[in-house]
Amino acid sequence: MKQLRIKNYQALPADKLVFHCHHDPSRPPKHDRSRSDRTGGGMSNRKSGTQEIKVVRRVLDANDIMAGQNRRLFKKRNVFVLNMMSSPGSGKTTTLEKTLTRIMPEIRSAVIVGDICTTNDADRLACSGAPVVQINTDEFGGDCHLAAHVIEKALDGMDLDNLDLLIVENIGNLVCPAEFDIGEDCRVVVLSVTEGEDKPAKYPLMFRECDAALLNKIDLLPYLDYDRRAAVNTILQVHPGMPIFELSAKTEEGFEPWIEWLKNKVKSKVGAK
Amino acid sequence: MHEMGVAMQIIEIATASIPENSVQSRVLRVNLKVGKLSAVVSDSLRFCFEVAAKDTALEGAELVIDEIPVIALCNACGVKWTVESPVFICNQCQSGKIELLSGRELDIESIEISDEND
Repeated sequence: MKQLRIKNYQALPADKLVFHCHHDPSRPPKHDRSRSDRTGGGMSNRKSGTQEIKVVRRVLDANDIMAGQNRRLFKKRNVFVLNMMSSPGSGKTTTLEKTLTRIMPEIRSAVIVGDICTTNDADRLACSGAPVVQINTDEFGGDCHLAAHVIEKALDGMDLDNLDLLIVENIGNLVCPAEFDIGEDCRVVVLSVTEGEDKPAKYPLMFRECDAALLNKIDLLPYLDYDRRAAVNTILQVHPGMPIFELSAKTEEGFEPWIEWLKNKVKSKVGAK
Repeated sequence: MHEMGVAMQIIEIATASIPENSVQSRVLRVNLKVGKLSAVVSDSLRFCFEVAAKDTALEGAELVIDEIPVIALCNACGVKWTVESPVFICNQCQSGKIELLSGRELDIESIEISDEND
C-alpha cells in the first residue's frame, strides 16, 4: 500500500504546467470567431483615420474551450469531478482528508491539489491512499487559480478508468477560481466560522457559481461571537436554495449529510461502474 | 488578481483580429465589456494592459472598458431588475428562481485601428 501511494504521488512543478497563464499556444481556439471577420465583413469606418473591427469574443474562451475538452474526457471516462474552493485556511484539506476516509474504497477517488508553494497538502492527502497530484504555481508568479489547461496536464498518468471521483482542491482564494471553468461537474465552496458572516456578500460570484457550501469549524462556535444564522442567511441571499452543510472537519460533527450529498452526486453520474 | 493573465489574453485575441492587409496599422483602442459580477478590477486591468502591450501591436492602445450592470430576471413572476447589492432574491415576489441576463461579461467587442488608406 505504501509503495502504491509513492507510485501514485506526483508533485508537478509549475514550469511544466503553468507555462502560459490562460492559453496553451499549441492548442489554438477552435471557435475563433475573429477569423471570419478578417474578410472585412466585420469592419466599419468609425471616424476619419480609424477603422473599427468587430471581434466579439470572450476573453477567457481559450480556457472555456479547454474546459469543454476536459468535460468531454471526464464524461467519456465516466468520472465525476468536484472543484473545491475556499479562502486560505478554511479547512479544505482537513475536510478532504475526512471525506476521503469515509467514501473510499466504495468511491474510488483521486485528488489534484493546487497551491502556490509546498507539497504539504498533497503529503497529508496521500495518507488516505488516494492518488494525489500536487500543482505548484509559484514559479509563474504564484497563479491565483487553477486553469483548465493545468488540470489537463495534471491528468497525465492518472488512471481515469479506475476512478469514480476526481476532487480538485483549488488554490485558496475566494475571487479568481470562480471565474475559471476547469471542466468540473460540481463546485463546492468551504467557508469557516472564523471568517466573517458577510463573506458570501463580499464574494458573491464564488457563492453564485458553487452548487453547495460547507460551513466548517462549527466546533469553535462556543468560543466565537459568530452569528451562524446570519452566515446561512447571507449565503441564501446570494444563492437562494443552495445546500449548506454545517460541519466540523476536526470532530466530524455534521459530516453525514455532506457525505450523503456527495455520494449521491457521484452515483448519479457514474452509476454502477 | 489574475488581471495580468486577462490582459495577455486580450492582447493575443486583439492581435489575431488585425486584418491581414492591415498588419502595419496601429491598434488605437480595444473595446471591452466587463460585467460587474466578473472577478476583474478595471483599474488593475488597464494598468496590466499598458504594461503587457509594450512591444506589441497594441503598444499605447487605449483599453476602453464598458462596465455592464448585473441584470436579473425572476423566472417566477417575470420582473426584471438591476442587482445593486449582493441579494439575488426577487424584490417583487421573493422567489429565488432568478436568471442573470447580464453582469458576467468579459468580452472583447472590437478593436479600432488606424486607417492607412485615409
